[in-house]
Amino acid sequence: MRALGALLVRDVRLAARAGGSAVLALAFFAAVVTLVPFGIGSDAKLLARVAGGVLWVAAVLANLLALDRLFQADYEDGSLDLLALSPLSFEGITVAKMTAHWLTTGLPLTILSPVLALLLNLPATAYTALIVSLLIGTPAVSAIGSVAAALTLSIRRGGLLFPLLVLPLLTPVVIFGAGAVLARLDGVENGAIWLLAAFSVAAVLLAPFVGAAALRLNLSE
Amino acid sequence: MGARLRTVHYLEVADLACVRGGRAVFRDLSFRLARGDALIVGGPNGSGKTSLLRLLAGLLPPAAGTISISAEGTQIADREERAKFIGWLGHYDGAKPQLTPREALRFFARLYGTASDPSLLEVVGLSRSADLPCQYLSAGQKRRLALARLKLCGRPLWLLDEPLASLDASGKALLLNLLRDHLAGGGIAVIATHDPLDLDAARLPLT
Repeated sequence: MRALGALLVRDVRLAARAGGSAVLALAFFAAVVTLVPFGIGSDAKLLARVAGGVLWVAAVLANLLALDRLFQADYEDGSLDLLALSPLSFEGITVAKMTAHWLTTGLPLTILSPVLALLLNLPATAYTALIVSLLIGTPAVSAIGSVAAALTLSIRRGGLLFPLLVLPLLTPVVIFGAGAVLARLDGVENGAIWLLAAFSVAAVLLAPFVGAAALRLNLSE
Repeated sequence: MGARLRTVHYLEVADLACVRGGRAVFRDLSFRLARGDALIVGGPNGSGKTSLLRLLAGLLPPAAGTISISAEGTQIADREERAKFIGWLGHYDGAKPQLTPREALRFFARLYGTASDPSLLEVVGLSRSADLPCQYLSAGQKRRLALARLKLCGRPLWLLDEPLASLDASGKALLLNLLRDHLAGGGIAVIATHDPLDLDAARLPLT
């Protein structure tokens, strides 16, 4: 546990320091969402309708920014060898990495989302659904993204392959996440939040094992 | 300094073969090292020195042959089990540009479950740069940080890949001191290098 904590703290620190990925992801998220009204006009009703979907798509894309280098940086500078030789298992390495990623990306994005929802004229009734869906859904993004990052770590320019690999897998998260917000707007109960929760739990529980297998595969090359 | 070494009684390599990218790099490699032994691996570029070290560390699976260690009375053949006895010094030092040497050492101490020892920074001559982010360190200074990390982790089987690279004269002396200390304390070391190393050790030239 101590070793896992050490890696977690180091990764959070690296992401939070100057030049780290945390601020970058937040700025990207804000920039994309701000751009949307310029693209589709200032029709308040229309914006309110698409707000949930826009925020979810922007959140997923902002998450990807920091994800593709999650293992690659450690692979290139030799840190991954030192992690592999430490008492920490590959499963533990994956857990520490995806948790650090969520703490520095998914969580801050969730906290920032109400402010941006204001820009998109999201009705007050849907705020809870937005925040809860992001809180539940972003761990799945970090988990699935970590697996893809572990798979592509040795590929040069893996950054180009990465979104192609990971975006199809994240489609359910966007459907259920944005669906939960829309359901709240329409005042109906469609169960999207429960499906999102189930998907997220499955992703978070499986990711450490799949990620560890990918790391073993890549290190043995 | 560092943690007490867990004992590895011997390292035994039998009929080891390595294939990289479909090409046989070496085969039928056998040797045995006991406590206090060092092996210097030589050979031209591409002869498989780094591959041999990665095989020994368990970072690569062997194409054929066996690597086993005897530690604390039991025979260990499993790769990931063996990894827990390895002290690694590779080409790249894993120094994160944003972290200071002091932070890096504290991280590795926690990661490897040993007591942090800030005096090691003084031993490797980094006390003046201890709080400078690693991006401002020279290649030799990063190497010294890696030596401090190697010592700190307290592993009994050291695998060093070109350890003399970018070290100055005093750095080379420092490395030799650390190595002699390690061997005198019952450790084992395998060193891949082109440079002459003033150490009482067996030689293994790869071709």
